[in-house]
Formats: sequence, structure tokens, C-alpha cells
Amino acid sequence: MLQLVLINLFRNPLRSALTLGSVLVALFLYSSLGAVLDSLQATADSGSRERLATRHAIALTNFLPYDYKDRILSIPGVKRVCTQVWFGGLIGGQRQRITQFAVDDDFWPMYTKDLQIVEWSEPQVAMSVPPDHDPHLAAYHAERTACIVGRGVMKKKGWKLGQTIHLQGTRYRGGWDMTIRGVYVKLPGGSWNEDLILFHNEYLVEKGMGGKPSTGVFKVELSDPSQSAAIATQIDAMFENSDNATKTESEQAFGAGFISMFGNVPFALRVIGLAVVFTILVISANTMVMAVRERTSEIAVLKTLGFTDGAVFGMVVAEAAILTTGGGIAGALLAKFGLQGKPLAFIPAMTITWATVLTAILIAIGLGMVSGFIPAWQASRLRIVDALRRVD
Amino acid sequence: MAWIEVSDLRKVYQRDQQQIPVLDGLSLKIEEGEFVALMGPSGSGKTTLLNLIGGIDSPTSGDISVAGTNIARLSGAELARWRSNTIGYIFQLYNLMPVLTALQNVELPLLLHKMNGAERRKRATFALELVGLGDRLGHYPRQLSGGQEQRVAIARALVSDPKVLLADEPTGDLDRKSGEEVLQLLERLNTEFKKTIVMVTHDPHAAESADRMVHLDKGVLSA
Ligand SMILES: Nc1ncnc2c1ncn2[C@@H]1O[C@H](COP(=O)(O)OP(=O)(O)OP(=O)(O)O)[C@@H](O)[C@H]1O
Ligand SMILES: [Mg+2]
Repeated sequence: MLQLVLINLFRNPLRSALTLGSVLVALFLYSSLGAVLDSLQATADSGSRERLATRHAIALTNFLPYDYKDRILSIPGVKRVCTQVWFGGLIGGQRQRITQFAVDDDFWPMYTKDLQIVEWSEPQVAMSVPPDHDPHLAAYHAERTACIVGRGVMKKKGWKLGQTIHLQGTRYRGGWDMTIRGVYVKLPGGSWNEDLILFHNEYLVEKGMGGKPSTGVFKVELSDPSQSAAIATQIDAMFENSDNATKTESEQAFGAGFISMFGNVPFALRVIGLAVVFTILVISANTMVMAVRERTSEIAVLKTLGFTDGAVFGMVVAEAAILTTGGGIAGALLAKFGLQGKPLAFIPAMTITWATVLTAILIAIGLGMVSGFIPAWQASRLRIVDALRRVD
Repeated sequence: MAWIEVSDLRKVYQRDQQQIPVLDGLSLKIEEGEFVALMGPSGSGKTTLLNLIGGIDSPTSGDISVAGTNIARLSGAELARWRSNTIGYIFQLYNLMPVLTALQNVELPLLLHKMNGAERRKRATFALELVGLGDRLGHYPRQLSGGQEQRVAIARALVSDPKVLLADEPTGDLDRKSGEEVLQLLERLNTEFKKTIVMVTHDPHAAESADRMVHLDKGVLSA
């Protein structure tokens, strides 16, 4: 019976192909929209709920005095504090989708579960690294202008370990030379992507800040993550009456706040996605209604032979479902493998989760069921005598 | 009880507000192995009667018993199942599936019976050989003549070995020679394979193939 369904699908190949194609395009589009949402979400999720981020209360672009670090550290329950400054340099004279951060030494032990050094230079002289640091960072620590680069950047730019790269400063003037002393990868579930260049905060302070350190964000690690809300309040209370009041939230909320800059875009994307799906529903339902109408007398013959109304119903639904599922799988996979990792507008590397792919495929199957339902119902209700008389 | 027994059968079609009585208290008995020709003017209700016997239409009132089953009492699904086991239907316009080959068309009714693909193919091939089309298995309906198409349709009707064959003007669309072949085939199925056959026809010559003629006029039988 499946064979009959398949044969029926091929009786009007052009029409089937067009329907399949439109479902494919629609679900490609749907998956792409989903990918944008996924990518935004991935950015939002790329922080831990267990760490805090402290920034200037007024704006992300305002700086905080570096000595806040020690004062935050003095709060009971705070285990470690590191700083992170967005550098925004140009590489090869161009703005690239490669983010650079100046980080202080406490950055590294804080993110050992997130980043792993997979390639490293050996230090010129034997160096001891601080006890909680990755020993592979020895060469980095020994050299003020060293940097650690994500594997994604290394691949994209074709850089080699030990190479000196040149950055053109934007908010910090001048040319900046840095030597690659290590390559990191993102660990499963870790924050950060592999598109970063991380370098010494001291270098930035000395060359870019005239020796007066300040920072954009403090990342705060807690000994007891369940205390995070209380400690966040405590930090903000501590600086409440200073010139530079702070806003502290979980690292994750910090990322989500970044996403909220896009306002209603995610909602609009969902509405567009649904509209597309609905359009396709109408198109494929139309195809199936036509297909069944053409076959009225054949359906009557099948019933005469003893095929039940239920069997006829199932065959029509199956036909519609195969058509849309085929298109849906193709469209969703095309999006997955065509867009994954590619840059799009403000997103450095698109992420399409399997959940989105699966949702798209399920939508396609559902589409088939729904669009097949009306013609299938008509076919199953068809009375043999009426249908056969129409031919005569 | 006769093999096919129709008693006090009434069929009224409803069209808009109008009631169209087609069969009016008709009774008929056909014995097992009989070959009956059903004749009568156009609009007299021949197709209607055949459809009722074949269980593809239901009576307004009255009883129809075929091979011991009172089909007036069966539900839609039961009726479908009963048809696939009991009835082979032959249409005037053959009604083959244009997208299926002769062999696939004949295999179609067997999809409703438990058997594997090889067994299905064997039986369908045998049925096509029986109607003299053993060399046309892979042909599509459009590659066959009208007479050949009708023989494929007969093969399809008999492949699941039904007890009763119902044919509605099986030669109505055929030339003399092809019609003759079809009639000979039906006669052979009747004599050699003991099929009970009810055939509607306008053609007195065709009716001669049958054992008995029944005349229908305005919904009632005339001698
Ligand atoms: N489904 C239906 N709905 C309404 N009226 C119908 C229906 N089927 C048949 N009729 C009417 O019933 C009458 C008998 O029709 P039927 O098809 O049984 O005649 P017939 O003897 O087979 O005629 P013919 O020799 O032309 O095939 C006709 O008047 C026809 O219009
Ligand atoms: Mg008729």
C-alpha cells in the first residue's frame, strides 16, 4: 500500500516537486529564523548562573576603578574576581568578527572548566605559574605582549603558534603587537566561543590607559553559588554612594541583557516563521485537494475492491505527509549544515540546535497531516456510487 | 436459501427535495453457479440493483443475502471486508489505475489479504495468464487495447477468487471482436471455475452467453 502511495506521488512529478520545493524553502526559512534565535540564545546562555558580573550602573561602556576588585574580594563568599575589558581592535585594518579582551591573571583559573589550552609555547626560561593556573600558560605569563587565541580564529586567519599579530587600536590608540603563546578550545558547556583573542590586562593598562587601570566588567566567582543573589546585592550596596555605582547580576543575565538590546526581534521572527508555515499549509493542502479530486473514480474503485474508508484516509494523509516531511527534512538539514558556523549580520557564528532542526521536521510532518486531513476526509467519505456515476 | 436472494428490495434516491424511486419491492433469486444476464431500458435500475447486490450501495428497505450473508445489515467496514472476499466487480469503463501496470492492477485486491509479495505476484500472474495476457504483465493501461484493458479488469476481479462476479455492461465499450472475447472469458469462468455471474447488458447477443435473462423495467422484474 505504501508502494501505491509512492506511485501516486510520482503521477504528477512537477506538482509534487513544486510542493516539496515550497515546503523545503519554507522550512529552510523557518530553521534559519530559528537559527537566529538559537544564536541569540547561545549568546545569552554563554554565561554561568553561578558567577556574577559587575558593571557600571549607568552603561556597559562606562568604566569602573580597578581597585573595586579588592573591595569585592573582601566580601565573604567571594572566591575570585577577574577583570575583562573589550578592546575592539582592527585586524588587517578591518573590523573582524573576532573579539579581543584584555583580562587579568585571575581570568584563567576562573574559566578552567570553560576553556582548555590545547597548543602552547614553551617558556624561554623555566617559569613557575601560580598554583591554580594551567601550567601550559607559562610562556604567556612570562611575556607581557603574549596572547591566547581561540582555535576558531587560528583556523580562520591561518595563524601559527608563536606568530606575532598586529592589531590596530580603535578606542585605544596605536598599533598593538602580540605574540600567540597558546591556543584554546571551548570545553563542552563552557562559556565563550572560539573566536576570541585574550591578552594581558597589564599591557592594555600600560600602553592604553596611561598606567591608570580601570575595567569594564568584573567577573565574580563565589564559593557558594546559592548565595549569588545576596552577594550581588551586597556588592551593589557597597558602591551605591560612590561616583561609580555598580550593577551586579548573574553572568547569564548579563548575556541576556545584551540580547534584550534586540528588543522584539525574536518575537517578530517567530511570527514571521509561523506565517510562512501557515502559507505552506494552505499550498500543500491545495495540492492534496487537487490530487484527490482528480482521482475520485480511482478512489471509488479502490473502495469497491474492499479498501475501507480508513485505509483510503490513511493513504491520502500518508501521501501528504511524505511530501511535506521530505521537504521539511531537506529544508531543515540544509539550514543546519548550510548555516552552522557561518556569520550573519551581528551574529559571528550561527548556531542551529538539533532541537530547532527537529522542531522544523515535526512541523513538516504536522503540516502534512493537517494539509492531508481535509482531502483525506473527503476521500474517505466519498460514496462509491456517486463517484462512479460522475464518470459515466 | 438461494445463493443470491433479494427480497422486497426498495431503493429510493433523494435528490434535493425530490424522491426518485428506482427499485420498488423487487425480489430475485439466483442459484450458485448461475450466469444471469440483467437487461432492461436505460434508467430502469440495472446498475442500481447490481450495486446493491455487490454491497457498494445500501437499500432503502428490504434484504439482500449473498452466499449466506445478509449484507443489508453490515456496517461500512464489514461490507468492505465482505466485498474483498466475496465480490469481483467488472466495470463498463474498465476503471484500471492508469499509473499501475497490468500486474500491479491485478495485485491490488490482494493487498487486502494476508500474503507476501511473491505469493501476490504469483497469483496475479496466474490470473493474467488465465485471461490471455500473460505477455502483458508490465504494460500500462494506456499501452493496451480496450479489450485487453477489460480482460485485465476481469483478472483483477477474479484474482482473490471471489464467489460472485458482477459485471456492468462489460462489453458496452468494446468492438464486436473484443466483446466476444470478453463474453467467452466470462462463460469459461462460469463453466470451468463455477463462478456465479450477474451481468448487466443492453446487447441481446451478449445476453445469450448467459443461462438466464432477467428483465428489469421501471424498477420491477418482468418475465
Ligand atoms: N446516486 C444517484 N442519485 C440520484 N439518482 C440516481 C442515482 N443513481 C441512479 N439514479 C437514478 O436512478 C435511476 C436508475 O439508474 P441506474 O443507473 O440504475 O439505471 P440503469 O438501468 O443502469 O441505466 P443505464 O442502462 O443507462 O446504465 C435513474 O433514473 C438514475 O437517474
Ligand atoms: Mg447502468
